Amino acid sequence: MSGQSCLETNAWICGEYFRTRSQELTDATVQHVLITVVSVAIGLAIALPLALLARRRKAFAGPILGVTTVLYTLPSLAMFSLLLPVFGLSAALVVTGLVLYSLTILVRNILAGLEAVPEEAREAARGMGYGPWRLLLEVELPLALPALLAGVRIATVSTVALTTVGAIVDYGGLGSLILDGLDTTFKAQVLAASVLCVVLAVAADLLLLLLQRLLTPWTRAHRVRTPRAPAGPAQAKAAEPA
Amino acid sequence: MNDAITGAWTWLTTSAHWQGEKGVLHRLAEHLYFTGVCLAVACVVALPIALLLGHLGRGGALAINISNVGRAVPTLAVLVLLTITPLGEYGDLPTLIALVLFAIPPLLTNAYIGMREVDTSVVEAARGMGMSGKQVFSRVELPLAYPLIMTGIRTSAVQVVATATLAAMAGEGGLGRIITAGFNLQNTPQVVAGAVIVAVLALLIEVVLVVAGKVFDPMRRRASRTAHADSAPTDGPDEGAGTPTGAADVVTAGGRGSAALGS
Repeated sequence: MSGQSCLETNAWICGEYFRTRSQELTDATVQHVLITVVSVAIGLAIALPLALLARRRKAFAGPILGVTTVLYTLPSLAMFSLLLPVFGLSAALVVTGLVLYSLTILVRNILAGLEAVPEEAREAARGMGYGPWRLLLEVELPLALPALLAGVRIATVSTVALTTVGAIVDYGGLGSLILDGLDTTFKAQVLAASVLCVVLAVAADLLLLLLQRLLTPWTRAHRVRTPRAPAGPAQAKAAEPA
Repeated sequence: MNDAITGAWTWLTTSAHWQGEKGVLHRLAEHLYFTGVCLAVACVVALPIALLLGHLGRGGALAINISNVGRAVPTLAVLVLLTITPLGEYGDLPTLIALVLFAIPPLLTNAYIGMREVDTSVVEAARGMGMSGKQVFSRVELPLAYPLIMTGIRTSAVQVVATATLAAMAGEGGLGRIITAGFNLQNTPQVVAGAVIVAVLALLIEVVLVVAGKVFDPMRRRASRTAHADSAPTDGPDEGAGTPTGAADVVTAGGRGSAALGS
């Protein structure tokens, strides 16, 4: 080995890169996390009332599921581009696109969770004098929580991956580093940012899994009794807008 | 905003934009070429493995894990990584490889689960009638798994179309190039026009595959045949096959989530 630094030789893995550009890397990661968290949070805030509406009034169910499904079909580059005239080159554009994608997963999961609440539980609560709101907040939502959180996990993982496409408008978090690295064929930067993306997705998933376990202790007890829950046909669709 | 829409319309209706090396038609041809080739390769690679594993009842964790990993890996990162490796010197190769990689998870998972979902009592009945493993596979499991296999192909196709769009960000061809070129020229009408074309193509492919899935469903034909014989309503077997984007998908995401949880 000569005395050349790995930045000059453009190595894939380069300690020098982490030392000299750690600030850039941190900023991009923070932006990535912020965009993801804000998108999923807004997505959840919109999906919950939509799911409740779809459940209460069957007339809305078809359109709500249909529209969110169609949105999910749109390629991400097209989605962000279509929002361009509305938001201009801004982080709001990226967040809006990601929110629209998360709606499909979240609405369907919340709806499925609510519909899986046993009728006996509802009857019992009504018999105890629960009104519709109290029934929803104290019985139905907690029982739907596992499905809801499973939806949040999937939405979060795919949002972390999709955020990178925001690089097209310079708000892609780590994606922006990846795209810059392409122009300059800066291997260390592309690899570091890509790996960090995957690490973020896995970390987010594990964190939410932990939250899920903490919030729904009863599901674990249930799982011990029925170790092999039947896998629904439901498990199958692995769509992901790219 | 209205400027962008009228501008996009003007862009779309200008015939010069449709012709030539950078025109819509050439980009569309590139896009369809990428999509077709990669989907075919992915089907040839993934479907036999998934169907065999499903028939044998092994490798479920593998199928589900692969699709979960697929979800976490950013497409753009893979495209860019492949482009700046030595593979990048071989023209379209990085794009083709990335597209195949992203097409495989939904194909694998859906086909596997489709095979596993087949009612075991039906399979046992078929065996009891003296069907061999091969016959059970081709006459019982495959037709019953068909709707989910088709869902996988559809999901995969839509994903490949979307990913082929991103190839443009890594400097490759395809319809995404119209969008990225628009960004580079700061030409918003072109960006919006390109996005509309891409969106329409994605939705069109989805619709075509949904219709194709229904038309070629072996159970549907079988069902209508028996219906004619018994003059009984056909909604039985059709229901499962006929709701690809409806209720059947609802738990999808949730189910997958808990599958991840278990693995």
